Amino acid sequence: MGDLWQGLSQAFWLVLSADAELVEIAFRSLRITVSALVLACLIALPLAALLAVRRFRWRRAVIATLNALMGLPPVVVGLIVYVLLSRSGPLGALGLLFTPTAMIVAQMIIIVPLVASIAHQSLRDLWQEYHDLLISLNVTQRQKIATLLWDSRRALLTAALAGFGRGIGEVGAIMVVGGNIDNYTRVLTTAIALETGKGEFALALALGFVLIALAIAVNLVIHWLGRTEREGAW
Amino acid sequence: MSDLFPLTVRDAVASRQGKRLVGPVNLDLSGQGACVVLGPNGSGKTTLLRLLHGIARLNKGQITWSCPKAEAQRRQAFVFQHPVMLRRSVLDNLAYPLLLRGVPRKSAQTEAAKMAERIGVSQMLDRPARVLSGGERQKVSLGRALICKPDLLFLDEPSASLDGRATREIEDILQSAKSAGTALILATHDMGQARRLADRVVFLLGGQVHEEGTATDFFARPKTQEAAAFLKGDIVEC
Ligand SMILES: Nc1ncnc2c1ncn2[C@@H]1O[C@H](COP(=O)(O)OP(=O)(O)O)[C@@H](O)[C@H]1O
Ligand SMILES: [Mg+2]
Repeated sequence: MGDLWQGLSQAFWLVLSADAELVEIAFRSLRITVSALVLACLIALPLAALLAVRRFRWRRAVIATLNALMGLPPVVVGLIVYVLLSRSGPLGALGLLFTPTAMIVAQMIIIVPLVASIAHQSLRDLWQEYHDLLISLNVTQRQKIATLLWDSRRALLTAALAGFGRGIGEVGAIMVVGGNIDNYTRVLTTAIALETGKGEFALALALGFVLIALAIAVNLVIHWLGRTEREGAW
Repeated sequence: MSDLFPLTVRDAVASRQGKRLVGPVNLDLSGQGACVVLGPNGSGKTTLLRLLHGIARLNKGQITWSCPKAEAQRRQAFVFQHPVMLRRSVLDNLAYPLLLRGVPRKSAQTEAAKMAERIGVSQMLDRPARVLSGGERQKVSLGRALICKPDLLFLDEPSASLDGRATREIEDILQSAKSAGTALILATHDMGQARRLADRVVFLLGGQVHEEGTATDFFARPKTQEAAAFLKGDIVEC
């Protein structure tokens, strides 16, 4: 209990004093996860839309695989990316191991199946609802996908938030491929792991509270942005 | 631009899972005024309309318009029995078909606002279409169908679940579309509606055209026993 209180007050103090290192680490966390999320959405959303509207041979298999990959253990993803990027690996020449880029790649791999699966579900439901109308209006494939993506934007935002949550709190992959290098690849989660290992529970807890606050803040901002569009049964 | 009509249907058959839903149907329509497709529930009205519009698969036979098939479908619009409301405002629902055809957003919305005026929903332009009442939804879907000025409008039981006033409003819009030269093909099992709107009647039973002719003849002198029974309001099995 003592540690909790100490952690809370230390977190409060760190935030209040805008501790330079904390701010840097927090922003790095945010930057890496948001980059990974944006890239993941660029892949996952069109993929989800295609899976919802196109019938092709391996469609069911792809959907089942995506669903299964939602539970992908981050540390295993980290390991695979590590092997690919390590100096003797196939992509070793890029020199990306232990860089923020490697962390973004690893998080992207973790986030894509989650966002794609959730998005696919709502896009498929909407497509069922819109099917007759859109066919009657003779839409092109591109118009069809644009309509579905736009009209389910709220559900897609929720999918993206789930992806953000998974990324921002993830430590396994980011630790393995980023290496937790001070001032370079250290983020909130890896810093927490480090401080915990050193026995600095109060500091670790303080970082933990900052992480939680950050996650909540992002969710609130997104919801607030979504609400500016007036309430109602869209 | 060539004409859409005459429409000829030759031995058209639609079957699903080995079961024949409709056909063989033979039909010639000149596209003057309103053709009402009458028949009890399950007689194949919806399936026939979808076949004609080209959104249901034809298994046998031919459906031929006077212009190429793709062009024909572009010149038609379909109002479904259960209106499909896009998750957008009423205004954006009405403007949507214009946007698909590349009309700039501004002029599409101007057109949509005019249409809203015409169908009597201009007080609710900014409302999400999905919170509207059944009658308002059907009016919006009718306006959305009319906004591209189709030569032919299909309607599948447009007032099946509406009250008298909403039905009358819908029929008023249909009458004015008709006088503006839009051909109608309308499925209904509402005799009153059929009498008010029909110029021609196609009476369906068991997926086949049981009787066909001008509305005056059909209502005054039905040729078959089943049609006579249906007109009297008796229960006719299909
Ligand atoms: N996709 C389908 N698969 C199997 N049966 C169908 C399908 N669509 C319609 N039917 C059947 O075809 C018959 C005609 O249906 P429908 O055209 O909807 O009639 P109506 O509109 O006159 O009530 C009904 O018996 C219905 O159950
Ligand atoms: Mg029907």
